[in-house]
Amino acid sequence: MIEWVNSILQGVLTGGLYALFATGLAIIFGVMRLVNITHGDFIVLAAFVALVVVEGTGVGPFISLIAVIPIMAVFGYVLQRGVLNPTLGPDLLPPLLVTFGLSIVIQNLLLEVFSADSQRLKIGAFETLSINLTEDLAVGVFPLIIFVTAVVLIFAIQAVFNRTSLGRAFRATSDDPVTAQLMGIDHRHVYGLAMALALVLVAIAGVFLGVRTNFDPSVGPSRLLFAFEAVIMGGLGSLWGTLAGGIILGVAQNIGAKIDPGFQILAGHIAFLVVLAIRPNGLFPRTRDD
Amino acid sequence: MIEATAQGRYSVIRSTRASRGGAVAGIVLLLFLAAAPWWADRATMRLLVEIFYILALAQMWNLLAGYAGLVSVGQQAFVGLGGYMLFALAIFTPVGAAWSIPLAGLIGAVVSLPVAFLVFRLRGHYFAIGTWVVAEVFLLGFAQIQTLGGGSGISLPVSVVRDIAASRSGRDAVIYLVALAVVICIIAIVYGLLRSRHGLALTAIRDSEEASASLGVDNFRAKLMIYIFVAFGTTAIGALIFLTKLRISPAAAFDINWTTTVIFIVVIGGIGTIEGPIIGTLIFFLLREPLAQFGTWYLILLGLVAVVIMLKAPQGIWGLVAERWDLRFFPVQRRLRFEPPD
Amino acid sequence: MSLLAVRNLTAFYGDFQALFGIDFSLDEGETVAVIGANGAGKSTFLRSVTGLVKYAADEFTYDGRSIAGRKASDIPGLGIAMVPEGRRLFPSLSVEENLVIGGYDGRPGTWSLDRVYGMFPRLKERRDNPGTALSGGEQQMVAIGRALMANPKLLLCDELSLGLAPIIIKDIYESVPAIKAEGVSLLIVEQDINQALEVADRVYCFQEGRISLEGNPAQMSRDDIANAYLGKSQ
Repeated sequence: MIEWVNSILQGVLTGGLYALFATGLAIIFGVMRLVNITHGDFIVLAAFVALVVVEGTGVGPFISLIAVIPIMAVFGYVLQRGVLNPTLGPDLLPPLLVTFGLSIVIQNLLLEVFSADSQRLKIGAFETLSINLTEDLAVGVFPLIIFVTAVVLIFAIQAVFNRTSLGRAFRATSDDPVTAQLMGIDHRHVYGLAMALALVLVAIAGVFLGVRTNFDPSVGPSRLLFAFEAVIMGGLGSLWGTLAGGIILGVAQNIGAKIDPGFQILAGHIAFLVVLAIRPNGLFPRTRDD
Repeated sequence: MIEATAQGRYSVIRSTRASRGGAVAGIVLLLFLAAAPWWADRATMRLLVEIFYILALAQMWNLLAGYAGLVSVGQQAFVGLGGYMLFALAIFTPVGAAWSIPLAGLIGAVVSLPVAFLVFRLRGHYFAIGTWVVAEVFLLGFAQIQTLGGGSGISLPVSVVRDIAASRSGRDAVIYLVALAVVICIIAIVYGLLRSRHGLALTAIRDSEEASASLGVDNFRAKLMIYIFVAFGTTAIGALIFLTKLRISPAAAFDINWTTTVIFIVVIGGIGTIEGPIIGTLIFFLLREPLAQFGTWYLILLGLVAVVIMLKAPQGIWGLVAERWDLRFFPVQRRLRFEPPD
Repeated sequence: MSLLAVRNLTAFYGDFQALFGIDFSLDEGETVAVIGANGAGKSTFLRSVTGLVKYAADEFTYDGRSIAGRKASDIPGLGIAMVPEGRRLFPSLSVEENLVIGGYDGRPGTWSLDRVYGMFPRLKERRDNPGTALSGGEQQMVAIGRALMANPKLLLCDELSLGLAPIIIKDIYESVPAIKAEGVSLLIVEQDINQALEVADRVYCFQEGRISLEGNPAQMSRDDIANAYLGKSQ
């Protein structure tokens, strides 16, 4: 029994990381109505940028964020304004195919530069540190930190959206970019900022990913799928739904793995398809349909 | 169909000079290709087989995305399913390899129904990623089936291979002709479909979903029919592909590269036309022969070209050509010709 | 000196030409109405001023400076705000947020939330509702308030009366004198001729993309206007 509780607990903690993957995707979709197929590859790219910073300067992975966050944010802004803004319009095909093409380009560039070898961001003994909750139940300090960070970040992003001038500009532009311009909002700039914000989260998620698991240039797409599943299961109502979606995915994967290691990823996908079958709008749908 | 008005006569034109000239050239080309077993060497025939099945896959994806607006990045689900159905039918039933191809297609069509039930709940871009999830489920699911080799895969039994034809050159010829037949059938069906009343409805949906709905075109039904038909075609092509490979594993069968390649081909060639995928396939193979040695750089180049085309010339290379010289080899649209009064 | 001066303005939507050589001027403090039938080019004219359509003009100056080709999002910062046709409130924003976002540019001036609520007290009660949960008339008040929050020198109003009951239209137009009193110049596009003529110092009538009549409404006869509005052939 206690093993199952443990599986669920680990799943919840993993879910925090998935929610972090998903929040960036949700921001990009929420503001630009763009589903970014490159999202998983951005996460892996951030992990590799961190690897370069760590190896180049000798700082730890967390300190490397001082460099990784601005690098990814600027990259996101430039990419949005230079490449993605021109694809936005009533036709869904161009943004989809352009991000799909970018995904292949990034994967193969990473492969060319870093080879297919597995990499890891190392944080030393800290990685294995854990807290005993009961005699048989322990949580890793690092997974706990990831989870708490995810919750704090989601809270902060939600606050940005709800309470700041930038957040109002995000929502207004998402509603109606033409009228937003009449308010003096430059929608192209706002889209760039939204992508930059999403990539700040991607930077953090990438470093967490790199510390928690091995990564190589090919693991991006599966992260995209996890992020996507968390977003859809949560519904598009709020980022808290996305957090719930991430947790459900994490728990499903851990329970699957407990049954048979081969079922880990499959169980997550199946949980997603079940939610899609019974609650097509997710668990916490938005009240307004658009 | 001719309408006379006070100002002159309009007639609806469906063929073009290019299409009539093209038809003659096409028949000559077909005879030439059908005779390949008598003039081509083994390597050439293998290359042609690959060109045929990639072209057939591209036509299927183009019908799905370019006409029905269903941008799937998970068609490898059906490619892999077709491969596994070929193996399952050949190993566990007395059905011969050749018959397994259409049979696999039918299985694919049946399987596509519950898949559509799920992924059609996702709108727009999310549909694309949903189809990808389904393909991953297929991959992970087939990896669990031990009788089909589990995660490591399985080879086609020698007895089944012998059944196709006794000699190696005989097998090559059979597989080549089957591949040629499959690609011709696929193009003929797509062409026929687009010229039919349904094709007109599809084009209307592609051009404006709202407007077509207001004209009484049942978008959902039309899209579902296309989805099922494309599943049929893609699964059959998948069976063909793995007939040429003689070995299957989940990673190879459900490889996203089946879809990636086809997307690049269609985007570069020109989405939403029959000619586009043909041009795209030719370009893909022409570039691949000299560039394959650069490996990943070739994929990077293809990705960049696709991105640039989508940004600068979304109608693709064929779109540019057709616009410049008003060429159409597969005229699916109806055009009005105005004849001034005498 | 004119606040807004336009000479020989032409504009296209794709192949369709919407404006054919419009000459237009509006003085500081003036209220000018543009009337005309559907498709006469009135909205296109406003969209030219706000930079939302591409156009060509020999002269397009505001406050003595050329604004030809400026980005739409730069226009509010210059002191030109717009009440768009159909209100176009942001559904994701509450009433108060819709008003606040009107002042996104941070242009200094005398308008504030309190003053807008003073002008339209009903909005204060509904400040936390989604903008789109309001009645049509209340939504129009939000749209006007939102434009005022930009502290404009020139306020563009596109079809204020559209889709509203006559009594509501009267309510809405009662706010116009208070806005004029602040020294704001108004450019009002209307299909409802009576309302337009009542508040306007000067009227332009558009017909098929051209100006068919211009002048002081007090000196125009009903027949002049009817001719200019519908065209002489009818």
